[in-house]
Amino acid sequence: MIKHKKPDAFYDTFERKGAGQQTTHYCPGCGHGTVHKMIAEAIDEFGVRDRTIFCSPVGCSVFAYYYFDTGNIQCAHGRAPAVATGMRRVHDDAVIISYQGDGDLAGIGTAEIIHAANRGENITVFFVNNAIYGMTGGQMAPTTLIGQHTLTTPTGRSAAIDGNPIGMCELISALSAPVYVERVSLGDGNRVLKARRAVRKALKNQIDGVGFSFVEILSPCPINWKLTPMDARKWLIENLEPAFPVKSFRDTGTPGAVATARATREPSRPIPDDELVKLLGSQSEIETIDRVTGLPEQRVKIAGFGGQGVLSAGILLANCAISEGLHATWLPSYGPEMRGGTANASVIVSEESIGSPLVDEPTTLIALNGPSIDAFEGSVVPGGLIVANSSLIDRGPARGDIRYCMIPASKIAQDIGFQGAANVVLLAAYAAIAGFPAIDILRRVIPHALKKKDLVDLNLQMVDAAVAFVAEHPVAAPSTAPQPIR
Amino acid sequence: MKQLMKGNEAVVHGALVGGATHFFGYPITPASEIAHAAADFFPRTGRHFLQAESEVAAINMIYGAAGAGARTMTASSGPGVSLMAEGLSYIAGAELPCVIVDVQRAGPGLGNIWPEQSDYNMVVKGGGHGNYHNAVYAPNSAQEMCDMTARAFDIADRYRVTVFILSDAYIGQMMEPVEIPDSVHHAPTKPWALGATPETRDNLITSIHMSTADQAAHNWKLKAKYDQMEAEITDWEEVFTDDAETLFVAFGITARICLTAVQRLRARGVRAGLLRPRTLFPFPRTRIAELVEQGPVREIAVVELNDGMMADDVQLAAPSLRVHRLNWLGGQVPTAEQVLDMAAQKAGQR
Repeated sequence: MIKHKKPDAFYDTFERKGAGQQTTHYCPGCGHGTVHKMIAEAIDEFGVRDRTIFCSPVGCSVFAYYYFDTGNIQCAHGRAPAVATGMRRVHDDAVIISYQGDGDLAGIGTAEIIHAANRGENITVFFVNNAIYGMTGGQMAPTTLIGQHTLTTPTGRSAAIDGNPIGMCELISALSAPVYVERVSLGDGNRVLKARRAVRKALKNQIDGVGFSFVEILSPCPINWKLTPMDARKWLIENLEPAFPVKSFRDTGTPGAVATARATREPSRPIPDDELVKLLGSQSEIETIDRVTGLPEQRVKIAGFGGQGVLSAGILLANCAISEGLHATWLPSYGPEMRGGTANASVIVSEESIGSPLVDEPTTLIALNGPSIDAFEGSVVPGGLIVANSSLIDRGPARGDIRYCMIPASKIAQDIGFQGAANVVLLAAYAAIAGFPAIDILRRVIPHALKKKDLVDLNLQMVDAAVAFVAEHPVAAPSTAPQPIR
Repeated sequence: MKQLMKGNEAVVHGALVGGATHFFGYPITPASEIAHAAADFFPRTGRHFLQAESEVAAINMIYGAAGAGARTMTASSGPGVSLMAEGLSYIAGAELPCVIVDVQRAGPGLGNIWPEQSDYNMVVKGGGHGNYHNAVYAPNSAQEMCDMTARAFDIADRYRVTVFILSDAYIGQMMEPVEIPDSVHHAPTKPWALGATPETRDNLITSIHMSTADQAAHNWKLKAKYDQMEAEITDWEEVFTDDAETLFVAFGITARICLTAVQRLRARGVRAGLLRPRTLFPFPRTRIAELVEQGPVREIAVVELNDGMMADDVQLAAPSLRVHRLNWLGGQVPTAEQVLDMAAQKAGQR
């Protein structure tokens, strides 16, 4: 039978209530007090008060922390299941209760409850459904019945305008992860006893690590239903219960039963600090060299089709810069335009710290295809350099004030055996002409930069071929005098 | 040795040495690499990563994890940060520590994925409802993405506030050499947090103060905290300000461009300087006022990828000068020459 002693999980006096320390703030005949007491008794019974964290919602039960002598956190409207998730992922042994009303859980917080349930969070959710917004004074809830009068449905809820009442147990039990879903009622004494068992089971499941448990409690709101407490219980049985069937929707959490999904997750155990530092620093293994100073700032634009290795050539170049102790920036074109279209990367290498990473006036353009040389040829600074893939470009130089290296990179790459490495041929040709990066550094960086290690040798052959090509085809000085750079 | 990485990847390296243990993410361009790297690094270093169902859920997971005492974070861009406004307000009210990275893109609405700095007002002034602030750091390199994120967790715990890393699409997407710090920080003991222990059973995390007197006292306490932050953590960088007559003020990517612009002006004999706020809240308003009142500064140009949001704050700090507003919008990022052209044009309009 129901005990009359106040459970230990309740405060002796409700100190947070100021003047009303011995009394509840709930209205006469309200169901919240009954549900609170069931939960407090279950907490007592299982001896978990010290490790219980109670998540209060927004609504009439926003002040649940007036009563529960447990850890307490008050959550934004509807978000308690997300807050409980955050807590759960930190404390593996906490007993976490999300206590929510119908506006909170079935309205504004629909996404949070569905996804917490779907993840099978090992938490317990108590959903108090009284078919109306109580705290704000009696507006329509997602669970308000068709025809029910509220402040925002003064002529009764209309399915055509407001939609139908939402069955949350029905929704939750459509998911595979929850282990226990039951709807109970506070309509009379027998129903309260059944509700008590459900509350107890839902909490026990969590303590046993079984998984997500959800108990919906049909609860009276006499004040906003505008009924006496006794009439409200009668109305609940006669009207709410037919719309929201009182039954067990799923119970796979009992011992011996097989849960459809369980919140089995290894606790997080951060690795030791020295291992972390080693892990984060482990990608750097390339020997560095001290280069002779005097390298003018290199502002390189690399452009071509998506898939030609434009961005990776830029990364290779920037990595070479690091190995030579230089400053470097790499800025990609990115986003939807990269999918199937043209791509370009801006790389700046300098002995000084680099200001703007944008390359609008490149000192060198590496063009992997025709559209790229068309697009960027005019932007190269006078006296600058264009290294272009003549395999895919069917025209000659358009300017007289810059240098050109027209190299059949795709053909060279294909002849060596991997056409996809034309980008490396072009990069190596640039290196051979510009004196940066040092060919030796490029050869050292390539094995680290390539994900597919079986392609290392082929790529090194690309470098050799490019160097040989440049030696055989020296780049001519500009035919006209460079214009002064602004 | 330095490693080449994106600013977005550097954030995760910084977070790990900063002691972060819980990342709650949701994908959005141009911030997604942060979630990618977190999903990779957090689990294999014994930390926790979870992809939330929405930014709304992510920020509330952070509310829960921070309330439980963890060092926790997320990353997003403007549209996602808008969704987090509610949670940020509750976090401020409940005085929970956390770190949020905003890799800004162009707005309003869905906008596009190119850089703007137009989340300035939302992030620097608070973002959600009520009287509160976040600490806001403005990195301008991949190295600062790492270092500021690492430091952010200490700042968040020291003041029990949200710390924003206000970045942008270029700073996030750009690759640069980064030196990963080799000392790992950890969360201090948090006696106020919910530890699921007898010692912490009495703790209550809430933002409700029902009496006007209680709410007023709480809000004045927050205000005192923000004042204390201004005295203790305001941070900025100055270049050539000793004798600068023309002072550029810029943060993040535009500060990089302004550095180049200022160097070119110096090469032409113009006494130009740059003040780069490294914290946007607290804002280095006192230092700006000093430079104007005590130094040779005769004009100020604020360069931003928004319509003059920080310029309002600079103008408040320097009421005796007319602040020039050099603004680009829509994801367009100026070259140093374009900045200089517009600066000359604005100066000529006086």
